[in-house]
Amino acid sequence: MTQKKDMGKILRQFGLVIVALIIIVFMSFTSDVFLTSQNIINILRQISINGILAVGMTFVILTGGIDLSVGSVVAITGVIVGSLLKDGTNWFIASLAALAISMVCGAINGWLIAYVGFQPFIATLSTMTIGRGFAQVYSNGKPYIISDPSFKVIGQGYFLGIPVPIILLVIFCVLGLVVLSMTTFGRYVFAIGGNKSAAKLSGVRTQRVQLMVYVLSSICAWMVGLILAARISSGQPTAGESYEMDAIAATAIGGTSMNGGIGSLTGTICGFVILGLLQNSMNLMNINSFWQQIVKGLLIIIAVFLDMRTKGKKN
Amino acid sequence: MAGKYVLEATGIAKSFSGVTVLDGAELCIEPGELHALMGENGAGKSTLMKIIMGIYTKDAGKVVLDGKEVEFKSARDALDAGISMIHQELSPIPEMTVAENVFLGREQKKFKGLPFVDKKELNRKTQELLKEYDLDQFISPTMKMKDLNIAQIQMMEIIKAVSYNSKVIIMDEPTSSLSEKETETLFRIIDSLRKKNVGIIYISHRMEEVFQLADRVSVLRDGQFIGCVKVAEASREQLINMMVGRELEGGYPHNTAKKGDVVLELKDFTRKGVFENVNLKVHAGEILGMAGLVGAGRSEVMKALVGYDPLDSGEIYLEGQKITIKHPNDAVKHHIVMASEDRKELGLVLCRSIKENVSLQNFDKLSKGSFIQKLKERKMAGEYTEKMATKMNGIDDLVSSLSGGNQQKVVLAKCLLSEPKVLIMDEPTRGIDVGAKAAIYNIMVGLANQGIAIIMISSEMPELIGMSDRIIVMSGGQVKGELEGAEAQSQQTIMNLAFGGE
Repeated sequence: MTQKKDMGKILRQFGLVIVALIIIVFMSFTSDVFLTSQNIINILRQISINGILAVGMTFVILTGGIDLSVGSVVAITGVIVGSLLKDGTNWFIASLAALAISMVCGAINGWLIAYVGFQPFIATLSTMTIGRGFAQVYSNGKPYIISDPSFKVIGQGYFLGIPVPIILLVIFCVLGLVVLSMTTFGRYVFAIGGNKSAAKLSGVRTQRVQLMVYVLSSICAWMVGLILAARISSGQPTAGESYEMDAIAATAIGGTSMNGGIGSLTGTICGFVILGLLQNSMNLMNINSFWQQIVKGLLIIIAVFLDMRTKGKKN
Repeated sequence: MAGKYVLEATGIAKSFSGVTVLDGAELCIEPGELHALMGENGAGKSTLMKIIMGIYTKDAGKVVLDGKEVEFKSARDALDAGISMIHQELSPIPEMTVAENVFLGREQKKFKGLPFVDKKELNRKTQELLKEYDLDQFISPTMKMKDLNIAQIQMMEIIKAVSYNSKVIIMDEPTSSLSEKETETLFRIIDSLRKKNVGIIYISHRMEEVFQLADRVSVLRDGQFIGCVKVAEASREQLINMMVGRELEGGYPHNTAKKGDVVLELKDFTRKGVFENVNLKVHAGEILGMAGLVGAGRSEVMKALVGYDPLDSGEIYLEGQKITIKHPNDAVKHHIVMASEDRKELGLVLCRSIKENVSLQNFDKLSKGSFIQKLKERKMAGEYTEKMATKMNGIDDLVSSLSGGNQQKVVLAKCLLSEPKVLIMDEPTRGIDVGAKAAIYNIMVGLANQGIAIIMISSEMPELIGMSDRIIVMSGGQVKGELEGAEAQSQQTIMNLAFGGE
């Protein structure tokens, strides 16, 4: 009886890691390319985009919200940086300007949700559409070619032999873990998702925390916007489309409840790693992208189902 | 053996993952009797009910309904067989009308086989039921559930149960959210049910009610059947002894604390349409009782005081200094804390751990800058929950796994860690068993002796009279009177004021 319970506990804690290991072992036997350093770096570079977005998304979803606008913020960041670089602005100043505008986007989301009382889905659906439109209007629908070599480092450069986007991913994950598990802000995020009224009566400034969570998510989107623009050497108004969905998928696979209050960033990290591994494996196996979508959807269903089962076992 | 009992449950055993919850529980209900089921929290009352209703499966024992052994697979089966239950936690669907809610899941169809609901018929049937129980003057079938107050929702749950023509109705703490007057209405309904030979299982922690209403009482302790006695032949002490298994002196602990200076004073508190011109003072070491009917505005004043609800006008003086509170955060900083009546809604984050709930309000002590001091947090959360004698495996348990009484202790631990100067306790013992009640009363007196000013909102008259040094009575959003000494001992005076009299 107790042994069975322990098994459940182990499965819940390490289930995702086991899934990732199974994929790795399976692929290392079926593909010669999979375990090459080039491919591994490839995978990591691919997941850095979704991973950074998922870090911010986890915070948002833990409060019981959702942020659909991150893809649009990615595009806004790209076109603003692109246009400024084209005008000869220093890359650092251009990035900071984009950061400011991203944070404003996040603050608008947070304000609508926490202070005006919009449902997060509706608020961010609106800002997603507006944001995408803004990126198109601003750029007149055309991409800005980026040639500044210092800026391109963000997407294409290496530091100590490791691609910069991967380093940025690690930084964001570590910062996220520290904030979520070691700070009062992290606790407030969980408490608001679990019971906003009780959190408020306990003296938590719930509106402020909610607003900050959306700003945080936008900062993650800004980082991704820079990486993407630097990698493809252009600021595109169509960049980042439907990125929010992959970020939400990673969070859900990682076991975070869409109602908020329950979940973890380590889960999310496993989530986006598995998504990345799966995509790479299927590419190597020449499975076409239509089938890949189906597999991705099934993965979410299976992961969340197993999560419900292991948690529901209690009674 | 179709005999005198309509429902007979014997030798019921149940354990959850190795922990025995019920062992030889027994309950036999005669038709037309009101059978009280008593026992401390965690004695297994709810589990027994859930087994009878088919929500849990039993490990051993048998349930006999009308002479036939039954084995329900779900609550639906039990309902169909004639057992319905009114849960302590109400779950209406707010956007539905009263009639739709009563007949949820068994709507009358307009045409056989087609999914069109005959609303007229539903409304007519509901109206009949409301009329039968004299509720039609307050409630109409077309009202939305969200427009009813808690008491009316409770009434509707009972009407719903009645509408199933059940042979046995289980009522779990039906009066916990009712005011005295509404309780009378409930008792009237109960009387007419008895006349129809319905057996009623009545779970309650209120001794007065049991003596007033019940024919027989069964007592459970630690999952075991202790005995069944006729109320007419039982005494209060006897029942308490059966429940706790030890001698417990009746009555309330006397607040021996010396009354100090005025700690908190409210001047002309007004929130339009909710309460107006409320003035009150509370001294150090004093327990101030707030009496009134449900909806008199007592909780609302307190929620506005701590900054949870908005306030239109009014002034707050803490130890003589004027302060402003715009958010509960300000209140906590001024050491004014509130333990809400609604643990689930306002008191606790149920899906998180005991530790996290206790520390949530107290990071000014438990963190350096933004960083939580985890060791200190563990130590303090452990210390304060121990102080409250919370029954738990450890402070990492989820709060949702605790019983009501223990959840309340977690709320108190959280409040006390904030070192309150003023502690507001809204219905501190609602839904809590006798043993835990006594513990909470003793905690209150202990706190008063430390010089804490306590404001206690309570709808239980004996508790108000027994615990309060002074009583303020509210009615219709206004303070109707302030009673001290002998006056504060008179139930009649208090009720008169609560009903709006002078």
